[in-house]
Amino acid sequence: MGRPIHVIVAVKQVPDTSNVRINPETGTLIREGVPAILNPYEAHALELAVQLKNTFGGRITVLTMGPAGATEALRECIEQGADRAILVSDRKFAAADTLATSYVIATAIEAIQRETPADLLLFGKQAIDGDTAQVGPGVATRLNLPLITCACAIESFDLDNRLAIVHRRVERGIEVLQTPLPALFTVEKEIAPISRAPLPNIIHAARYTPEIWSATAPVAFDMAQIGIKGSPTIVGNAHTPPLKKAGPAITAAEMGVERAIAEALTAIDKAGVLTGSKA
Amino acid sequence: MTSRIWTYIEQEDGRAHPVSWELLGAALKLSRDLPDSVVECVLLGEHVEPIIDQAFSFGASRVYAIDDAVLRHYRNLPYSAGISNLIQQHQPEIFLVGATTLGRDLASSIATRVSTGLTADCTELAIDPKKILAATRPTFGGNLMATILCKTRRPQMATVRPRVLPTPQPLTEWKRGEVIRAPLGMREDDVAVKLLRFVAGEAEEEIEYADVVVAGGRGVGGAKGFALLRELADALGGVVGASRPAVDAGWITYAHQVGQTGKTIRPKLYIAAGISGAIQHRVGVAGSDFILAINSDPNAPIFHIADFGIVGDLNTVVPELTKQIRAAKAAQKHD
Ligand SMILES: Cc1cc2nc3c(=O)[nH]c(=O)nc-3n(C[C@H](O)[C@H](O)[C@H](O)COP(=O)(O)OP(=O)(O)OC[C@H]3O[C@@H](n4cnc5c(N)ncnc54)[C@H](O)[C@@H]3O)c2cc1C
Ligand SMILES: Nc1ncnc2c1ncn2[C@@H]1O[C@H](COP(=O)(O)O)[C@@H](O)[C@H]1O
Repeated sequence: MGRPIHVIVAVKQVPDTSNVRINPETGTLIREGVPAILNPYEAHALELAVQLKNTFGGRITVLTMGPAGATEALRECIEQGADRAILVSDRKFAAADTLATSYVIATAIEAIQRETPADLLLFGKQAIDGDTAQVGPGVATRLNLPLITCACAIESFDLDNRLAIVHRRVERGIEVLQTPLPALFTVEKEIAPISRAPLPNIIHAARYTPEIWSATAPVAFDMAQIGIKGSPTIVGNAHTPPLKKAGPAITAAEMGVERAIAEALTAIDKAGVLTGSKA
Repeated sequence: MTSRIWTYIEQEDGRAHPVSWELLGAALKLSRDLPDSVVECVLLGEHVEPIIDQAFSFGASRVYAIDDAVLRHYRNLPYSAGISNLIQQHQPEIFLVGATTLGRDLASSIATRVSTGLTADCTELAIDPKKILAATRPTFGGNLMATILCKTRRPQMATVRPRVLPTPQPLTEWKRGEVIRAPLGMREDDVAVKLLRFVAGEAEEEIEYADVVVAGGRGVGGAKGFALLRELADALGGVVGASRPAVDAGWITYAHQVGQTGKTIRPKLYIAAGISGAIQHRVGVAGSDFILAINSDPNAPIFHIADFGIVGDLNTVVPELTKQIRAAKAAQKHD
């Protein structure tokens, strides 16, 4: 009884896409001044980790692959209750797609586990910058671990018997799944509510310096599997989505609501969308 | 050499998800631009025989089927291992999967197992001049569309959400093609994750496949305002949709959310009330046949995509619209 837990949380720093603006004149993206935040799903993943740590005692390791600036997201994780933070950062990792990213994260997790094996790996359901939801399943597959995506609640977590019962949200309802531990979950926001960081943590975080791992030390990553070389997908071209040609807009106040609606219904009728008379 | 274009048939409890046929339709189109190509389907499950015929009726020339009790319910391990084995054996050029919860889980694992590129949530698929799959998807929070290529590894994998692609009709005349049956090569004991039970969600309205969707946004102001939309939807025999802020505010459940992080819809008639028409919302409704926008702000971007716009207060426009539609229906009955 009373074995402490080790949870590893993979986190990503992302541009706050809700703050992205389009230049109305050129139709291009204004990238400057977009703040970087901790991917929202991981904030919830970390809360789950903290709950488990409070229950069993133990440690939380957070891990990210990203640019030097990602230490900010890691510091936020220390504030929330993580004990150790690792930034895997190197120019050679740049332009990684999900396959190369999952290789780096999986390899780093293996290295962390050589020191302290983990009971649980937590990922966000998806990163809001790309919404791909691929890295978690990719890492689980590489590490040959049971995978539960879209976890929305933990029904039971039996560390001694290495067994958890987890709710998974799918379109038609909730799957209740039993999995042995260690396992990898990607989590929905409902998995745990965000709580305010305790003051001592905030002070600790301010002084904390995350460990920085390069492509060669302390782990020698396989150069063929990282960065551009390790990424089978490439971005061909990017454009802002075009608008389709708009129809008329009439002002109800000028025409009178009744007439405006009559006109609208006439237009719908003409288009034949409700009667199926359109070719 | 023949290039195989594969699509995944997603099924649960013996019913195929319609996205399977949407993918098959898209694959047949791609096949026209890819010389010497064939379109084939992959189907896993238990007792899936009837679905095999369905696949042929939608134009598949061959079906690879793994039918095994271990596959009764979807679980990542047996499904991804089974399909990866088929891929290694038959070397498809392209493999398309539905971007459902199941499909995303599955496709990510397969791509890792066979070490290839996967483009998630595509909104457009084409074959480029070099005969590579050009998969276009929204990125950067939907503010940008990017075309992704996977030049050197095979298969080129992509997921597409339900309703992004048009729904094809089954062929009136079709013949049963070849069925390749493969063993799963795995026993129940090999699968660590067990499904203990399934709790069906409250029977939510299916907005994805509805002909008429009446959607409200922040401008609706609250759950009360949504009652007005519900009346209009009922008068039209349609369902209610919503923008993300309306869902976030708790006025209506997530199942009703339309847009990039909600559902993609392609109704015959889409009515947007109190919705500004942000890009992340527009991508979810671009396939609608007719868009009627109701917004008090004449400069709202929703008017750029609307087939018809009414600038006005939805609190007066929507009830009047309901009234006139009811009146028109009543008149029709008397005819
Ligand atoms: C990564 C990402 C994903 C997103 N995914 C989605 C998504 O899936 N779906 C989605 O919808 N959004 C999504 N969004 C949010 C999106 O960017 C917009 O913020 C959102 O669509 C705006 O919702 P809205 O139009 O209801 O609200 P607002 O933009 O606030 O617009 C409200 C509109 O109501 C009008 N109005 C107010 N009062 C009245 C009245 N009495 N009568 C008539 N009109 C009135 C106003 O003029 C205004 O145009 C996403 C954003 C990001 C960054
Ligand atoms: N660069 C990264 N470093 C650490 N974790 C990541 C990284 N990219 C993605 N993840 C994790 O994988 C999840 C899914 O990301 P994505 O596949 O990009 O949608 C995220 O929520 C993170 O938990």
